[in-house]
Amino acid sequence: MRYVGEALALVAAATLAQARAAAAAVVVQYEELPALFDMAAARQPGAPQLYKENNIFKELHITRGDPAAAFAHCAAVVAHTYRTPPQEHAYLETQGMLAVPQPGGVMQLYGSMQCPFYVRDGVAAVLGSTLGATQITQTSTGGAFGGKEDVPSLPAAHAALLAWRTRRPVRLIYERDEDIICTSKRHAAVIRSKYGADRDGLLRAVEIEYLVDGGAYATLSPIVLFRGVVHAAGPYRCPNVRVDGYAVATNHVPAGAFRGFGSPQVLFAAERQMDELARQLKLDPVELRRRNLLRAGDATITGQTLHASVGATDTLDTALAYVREHPLAPPPANAPHLKYGRGLSTIYYGVGLGVGGEYLARTGATIQINHDGSVVFAVGTTEIGQGMKTVLAQIVAEALGVPFASVEMLPTDTTRVPDSGPTVASRATTMSGNALLHAAGQLRERLNAVAAEVLGRAPLQISLHHGQIFADGAPAALSFAQLLHECAVRRVSLSAQGWHHPRPLKYDWQTGQGDTYVVFSFATNIAEVLVDERTGATTVLRVTAAHDVGKAISPAGVEGQIEGGTLQGIGYALTEEIVQANGVIRNPHFSTYIIPTACDMPELVPLIVEHPFPDGPFGAKGFGEQPLMGVAPAIANAVCNALSISQYELPLTPERVWAALHSA
Amino acid sequence: MTKTTITLKINGATRTVDVEPSDVLIEVLRDKLGIKSPKIGCDRGDCGTCTVLLNGQTVRSCLVLAVEADGGEIVTLEGIGTDGLTPLQKAFIAHNSFQCGFCAPGVTLAATELLRKNAQPTRDEIKEAIAGNLCRCTGYTPIIDAIEDAAKPANKKTKAKK
Ligand code: FES
Ligand code: FES
Repeated sequence: MRYVGEALALVAAATLAQARAAAAAVVVQYEELPALFDMAAARQPGAPQLYKENNIFKELHITRGDPAAAFAHCAAVVAHTYRTPPQEHAYLETQGMLAVPQPGGVMQLYGSMQCPFYVRDGVAAVLGSTLGATQITQTSTGGAFGGKEDVPSLPAAHAALLAWRTRRPVRLIYERDEDIICTSKRHAAVIRSKYGADRDGLLRAVEIEYLVDGGAYATLSPIVLFRGVVHAAGPYRCPNVRVDGYAVATNHVPAGAFRGFGSPQVLFAAERQMDELARQLKLDPVELRRRNLLRAGDATITGQTLHASVGATDTLDTALAYVREHPLAPPPANAPHLKYGRGLSTIYYGVGLGVGGEYLARTGATIQINHDGSVVFAVGTTEIGQGMKTVLAQIVAEALGVPFASVEMLPTDTTRVPDSGPTVASRATTMSGNALLHAAGQLRERLNAVAAEVLGRAPLQISLHHGQIFADGAPAALSFAQLLHECAVRRVSLSAQGWHHPRPLKYDWQTGQGDTYVVFSFATNIAEVLVDERTGATTVLRVTAAHDVGKAISPAGVEGQIEGGTLQGIGYALTEEIVQANGVIRNPHFSTYIIPTACDMPELVPLIVEHPFPDGPFGAKGFGEQPLMGVAPAIANAVCNALSISQYELPLTPERVWAALHSA
Repeated sequence: MTKTTITLKINGATRTVDVEPSDVLIEVLRDKLGIKSPKIGCDRGDCGTCTVLLNGQTVRSCLVLAVEADGGEIVTLEGIGTDGLTPLQKAFIAHNSFQCGFCAPGVTLAATELLRKNAQPTRDEIKEAIAGNLCRCTGYTPIIDAIEDAAKPANKKTKAKK
């Protein structure tokens, strides 16, 4: 056993009470081996070896220019070590699967998940069956946030094994504490960061060491690390960069995917560093950012030139303008212990799987128009509360020219479309959207050809909007129902498959130079806080969040993502921390792992900025993870400004803030 | 342990069911009576997803023994809006209040109780009333906005989200 919470035996019973009794009757004898619960200890020479000689699952490096030499010519240099805790997803629906053996040897699974194709591959491998004999259907999923990326393969495989053995349906649902103890977390991290700038505040050199605690199995750590190193220096230009990233093996529960995927940790450090640098240069932190932010034509730290859809500065200006025009009421005069502070962060997010997961970056879709005019479509990505269903239905309706209300999405199921990769990395809108556009294009060609024939026009003269047919822009004497009838008479297929993959990326894994993601989204968060100087407790008054999303296909959906992500960011900033002692999670309940309640939600101002992405559906680029990513650094900067302190560790609990105030 | 038979008035209909003394109300509702809207988010009183109305008061059905509810009147989400959506439910839809929806049954019942007892709640009273219902997806803002709107239908325009 490599971590507390790893499965040892599987028990199935007719009732929960029996199952509990049977599980309690299992006697386990352990022989204890030396264990590692600390990344520094794991890297010590002579440390117990969990896998190979250095306890490193993966290392990644970015080298650009010559930072060591450049530091010598910098007017200001700041170097600090930052720490971030493991964060729990706290989706309200725990992991759950139902395995139902079908006649003919097919194993059918239903459950809460992001990535049915991962589950299919996992279950087939464990049962030794073919992918064809494994059918996975996603059911309504009560939140995921990355926690249902790879993890559901485990309960699915366990349920499937029991169902296979008993030849009966098996339901396996985690209890809350089991879920917190056994499933992945956001990686705990240590970030050593050194920034140097010239007198004008231009970044000249950056050196970052990024350590993530991968836990007992590598799982997604290599690719989490990749996103982390690429985002390590934030959305700024810098000619001399060295980033060294290490995913360290320990005996903690394996860490994995969580909204932001390795980037919130480094962005916390990066944005604190920018404020520390501004302090040293006696420069306004806004101005420092403005001078360094990436613009169209600039290159990232991996040397990737950003050609279009670079709204970084625009998000900064938009957020600042809002805050300037809507000042908050000053803190109460009779409470001098409440200190007001304002802090900001500007961040970016590489959309999609990127070069690290390029082999998975393809997706399929099918659309079928029924003869009554109803339209169903299926995709391989999943609705997990993020609103994909609505956005994709809008895309289908728009592309086919039919009413939104006539379009329905079928449940995502591995037998409906080819393997479409995971629903992660804010990729569902762009990937499934493009695959649907591909399918819809084929259907439109067929519909247009038939309409043209009936109307005696050329296909190019035909257009369709909201179920109405137009010839040369004028309403045609042909209803949509009649057109469908004409298609049926001609036996034209009104079902089509779409497929999409992004353009290939070129990246040198030795130097860490090249193209990493097809496009980046950008965001500026401004946090305003009141800190109680007597207790160190922070109240967030307002978060103003401006996001460049390319194009907001569903503005209400975009706002919803900003609101929800911000709240998770507030939790990450102030209260959320999985506490482990000798590998045992001490707070596996919502009474001890504290997520924000309605009373903790500040005023939130979501602002949408649109710099269209030419390769995205209607200009959209994914962004669902980004709302979480910039919140903690903005709040941290606000707290530091309120009290004139420096903080290097999340969460900013009253104890930590109070201690920083009293050590200053 | 001896089974007992209890009688509950659930969403207007009288139901009798055999329970063990140790059966918890949520298990009985979900597994014995097939009422699935109350959800189990924690099974120990921390999250509010199991909220139902028992004799007009919100309770966490994971913390109530089924026998304690004997003779009582229970309302779950299934019993709300049976003659068309309530103004509260309409406001939830208009404000895009939920994402995954797992918290929605509990939040709806907590807000229904609030509006029944306090027709004109302040924003802080709304937050307080749903503070025991965790939601991990929405950030609460669209939920609070909707409850505020449902309470003051006349002000809908001014209170609608920017
Ligand atoms: S399940 Fe009852 S409060 Fe969480
Ligand atoms: S909408 Fe998902 S928990 Fe509230």
